[in-house]
Amino acid sequence: LGATFLLFLLLLLLLLIQKHMIVQPLLSGFFQCGRHVERAHKLSHYRLFPKSLGQVISKFSVRELHISLTQGYWRTMQWGQPYQPSPPGAELWVWFQDSVTDVDGTWSELTNVLSGIFCASLNFDSINSIQPSASFKPLGIGNVTDHRFLRYATLPRETVCTENLTPWKKLLPCGSKAGLAVLLKSEKLFHSSFHSQAVHIRPVCQDAQCATTSWELRQTLNVVFDLYVSGQGKREWSLFKMFSRTLTEACPLASSSKIYVDVSDNSEVLTAQAVVLGDRRTFSVYDLTQKSTFGTTSSLNLLIRWKSSDAHMLRPLLHAERYVAGYRLQSGEIHTLMYNNHPYRSFPVLLLDLVPWYLRLYIHTLSVTSKGKTNRPSYIHYEPSKDRVKPHTLEMLVQLPPNSVTEVTVHFDRILLKWTEYPPDPNHGFYVGSSVVSSLVPSIVAMDTNATHECPLFNSFFPSKEETSYFVRLYTEPLLVNLPTPDFSMPYNVICLTCTVVAVGYGSLFNLLTRNFQIGEPRPGVAKRIANVIRKMRGVPPL
Amino acid sequence: MGLLSDPTRRRALISLLTRLNTPICAVCYMAGVAWFMGLAFEPFTLRMHMSENAMGSTMVEERFQAGERALVTAKEFGVQKNKAGGMPVDWLVKAMQDRGLEVFTQSFSRTLPFPDENKERFMVKGTNVYGILRAPRAPRTEALMLTAPCSQGNDNNQAVGMLLVLAQYFRSQVYWAKDIIFLVNEHDLIGMQAWLEGYHHTNITGMEWSPLQGRAGAIQAALSLELSSDVVTSLDIVLEGLNGQLPNLDLVNLFYAFCQKFDVLCTFQGKLQRNDWDSPSGYSHAVQTMMLMVLKQASGHSWGDHGLFLRYQVEAVTIKGINSYRQYKTTTTTVGRLLEGMYRKLNNLLERLHQSFFFYLLPSLSHFVSISYYMPAFGLLAAILLLRALNLWVELSAPPATEDGVANVEQSSSGVLSVVTPLVISHLTGVALYTLPVHFQEMAVEHFPVSETEAVVLTAIAVYTAGLALPHNTHRFVSGEGTEQGWRVLKLVAVLYLAVLLGCTALLNFSLGFILALTLVPVAAGVTPHMPKFPTACVMVVLSPACTLLFSVFAFHELQETPLSFQDTWLLFLSVISQGILDHALYGALVFPLLAMLVYPCWLLFWNILFWK
Repeated sequence: LGATFLLFLLLLLLLLIQKHMIVQPLLSGFFQCGRHVERAHKLSHYRLFPKSLGQVISKFSVRELHISLTQGYWRTMQWGQPYQPSPPGAELWVWFQDSVTDVDGTWSELTNVLSGIFCASLNFDSINSIQPSASFKPLGIGNVTDHRFLRYATLPRETVCTENLTPWKKLLPCGSKAGLAVLLKSEKLFHSSFHSQAVHIRPVCQDAQCATTSWELRQTLNVVFDLYVSGQGKREWSLFKMFSRTLTEACPLASSSKIYVDVSDNSEVLTAQAVVLGDRRTFSVYDLTQKSTFGTTSSLNLLIRWKSSDAHMLRPLLHAERYVAGYRLQSGEIHTLMYNNHPYRSFPVLLLDLVPWYLRLYIHTLSVTSKGKTNRPSYIHYEPSKDRVKPHTLEMLVQLPPNSVTEVTVHFDRILLKWTEYPPDPNHGFYVGSSVVSSLVPSIVAMDTNATHECPLFNSFFPSKEETSYFVRLYTEPLLVNLPTPDFSMPYNVICLTCTVVAVGYGSLFNLLTRNFQIGEPRPGVAKRIANVIRKMRGVPPL
Repeated sequence: MGLLSDPTRRRALISLLTRLNTPICAVCYMAGVAWFMGLAFEPFTLRMHMSENAMGSTMVEERFQAGERALVTAKEFGVQKNKAGGMPVDWLVKAMQDRGLEVFTQSFSRTLPFPDENKERFMVKGTNVYGILRAPRAPRTEALMLTAPCSQGNDNNQAVGMLLVLAQYFRSQVYWAKDIIFLVNEHDLIGMQAWLEGYHHTNITGMEWSPLQGRAGAIQAALSLELSSDVVTSLDIVLEGLNGQLPNLDLVNLFYAFCQKFDVLCTFQGKLQRNDWDSPSGYSHAVQTMMLMVLKQASGHSWGDHGLFLRYQVEAVTIKGINSYRQYKTTTTTVGRLLEGMYRKLNNLLERLHQSFFFYLLPSLSHFVSISYYMPAFGLLAAILLLRALNLWVELSAPPATEDGVANVEQSSSGVLSVVTPLVISHLTGVALYTLPVHFQEMAVEHFPVSETEAVVLTAIAVYTAGLALPHNTHRFVSGEGTEQGWRVLKLVAVLYLAVLLGCTALLNFSLGFILALTLVPVAAGVTPHMPKFPTACVMVVLSPACTLLFSVFAFHELQETPLSFQDTWLLFLSVISQGILDHALYGALVFPLLAMLVYPCWLLFWNILFWK
């Protein structure tokens, strides 16, 4: 099973613009991840920072913006911990400046503008957005923690394709004309097992003193290629085979442009070492700004063959999955399983669930168990839903015991919607977005590698590597839940029609069944009635 | 409305209905039966057509070529199975992993309420192995399924071989939009039930199973494959599921369409389709096919592994490879291509299968009878009960000539008692019939020289027979001599009760409702205390639910062209009873409790009327 993957990271930085790419072989399948970082001094200065985004930031007083568009599901157990976690579909979370008064209004305007920029249909409003209290903290400078200014929303069903990739590529300083972005050919990128593109904007310090702030724009792209399908089972890959392109030059605007290939399993060329997500990996580095990289043919094509067919992958310490239990259309149960695979250390995780209002959660049925015992969450934040107004938010802090599975279950009822509220394909089911598991996972690798000084920028991607734990965010799979759906077809119409007829006829039928029939005398004629009135006035008995 | 609100016309209508009640009932009964027989006549039925748009005319070329390899894999699997003396779990796990699937196992155990003598099992322990093919760029929300039971002996090895080779072929394709689960289940239905309960994390039947590790979202459709020989001459499709549930007709259409595309002979109920509908033999062929389906559906038994899926709203069918030593042979590659084609079409589904019918009867694979066509047949039979009830009501509401008002009140209060007592007693008998056989098996085994299974069946028959003797004189202890009015009230209640009971049954499982109506309605309509006791009692026993079951068993084998002697029929009848009780305990089939706790007590009420004194 010669599947292996590749990780690409593309980086870009303003001032010293750098562009990095990492190629990493892992287990079963190819993986590639692209990443760009860019900084601008001020938003009036658009040499590298795309103007379309800059205007959005200033107009809507955005402090931080994170948007990801993903097609597929990151298989943590096969591919390891994700480098840039993102849920299937679209995800958007935004911190606004505290000067914003109408956050909901700004949010819905902002999402409309972003839909236009990224060619996506981000229909976010208060019905499907929430304000998580702890799971999403600002990543840039500044210590605003009032979660009134935070909005988070996902669209699990959003499909991602070339029309989303093109606007993403246009945000790069060189577009797809030069540099690493040349490789991003959509027909190849979408012939893969996983595709995720993201844009992250946050304020950062411009220098060590942090006297002035500047904006950082990070564009990342993760793609997983499947060797099993594309490589006919052979354990080898090359840039040309994957992208049907080779590299010829770096982007002229880039101050640094590098390809990192993870060669931990081959360990032939040892150029750089880094601790990636708690695991020490070895990389070989190709610097595109150097002429010598391209050799005599002036084009760079990497070809990697593995000697052995076994690839080493670190078993992820944290792993989560979710499913719906139950089978009838009346109620069900959401089960979330969180695995702590660390042999002796327990660590806390923050679980965030966003459940649409049409599943009626019963929070009193919430149970958290690990190793057969009840596990009391130390923090629970729950906001109940309001029908047709806002979704459920459930956030909790749970301590995962070592080497255990923690199961969170909650009952729900499926609601019969009003008939106009059903989408055109009601029998497909209704999506419930991924739950978000955030955690500080203890690192396996002992600290301090000598690569720190050699490659400072690269290491900046893996924050808190100096510490004994590293931050991990995971997304579970989204759920597809069937709601009771009327059969919108001929028999349904017949039933509706019959019910109407019965309802109309009910009155007379009821009347008929309950009335006591008696034979009445025929009504007297007009003349007789007048005569009777006269006789009544006279006090004489009527005729 | 005008007709009813005018008292004179109403009186005329009622007198007409009461005067002509018996002839109208007779006509209704005959019309009902005739209507039912007419359903198999081809001009009265509808042609099969694909209703689901997503599975319509997408012309793809099937490229599966590894039929020979499937047979080799099957042989290897057979060797491993014999070596392991059961399911070769480790080998299967390895085989699926090598083919690029995510593999998981589930172990389960179940102790049956009493030993199953047909399959010779009592304490069942087993392991299911399943592999999930993850679709590229899909978020694990939808899945398709292919299952092959790992049977005892050398049965079904070819199905497992085909499953593994198909998994390998599917893994190398890029077009999958839904995950595909490949399951090899041990101990056929028990393993399947364990897996389904594990997947949906419910426990309906009290089975013990280990929780599943890997899931793939909502299952949209499933096929169960049964191939037991290297040579396949035709493919048979099995539809009848638990409690008479049927899969969506589009799944059948899909199978039929691909059989046509590949020129594969396909059979339904083991019968090939014929084109000469206008000849008597062609018509009787269609009737036989339909009757077989009706009998199988009425049994409420799951006739293949697919039958258990239907409860979970997963559309599923079983496809069986038949080797009937015909000249015409289908290669394994063709079978693989047929399955590939079906999965590619199912892969296109945007919604669950819901466009076509869920309630239908099939006189052949190319024609079907929808619910609106077959329901009148039952309606005509049920109308007899309503007409009878009307007749009784009119007779009862005619003012008594001699008695005064006070006497009337006393009469009615004792009347209520004389109705309630037989109702309660016959239902208690029904509860005894439901509970005693399983609970008293140990005692019966101690005192009589019989096995557990025999003990259960014989206890059931004993309770059933005892019920005939018990309740028919009870009302005398309560209200002294039975009156004319007393039995009429009781019969009115019983007739309406039967009408509601059969009506509900027919809505859920038409076949069961119709067969019960065929035998119970004449009893309900005809019985009075004034009839000659002995011959009427004989007729009633012949038309009782147990005898209906016996006749059905007999008719089923006649229609299958495997006729049985009377003694064999009797033995089979006994095993069918034990099978029914087991089905209820193992999978939650509802036919046994329905017959024991509702239909049988209802029939006892009529028995009670016959012996009214």
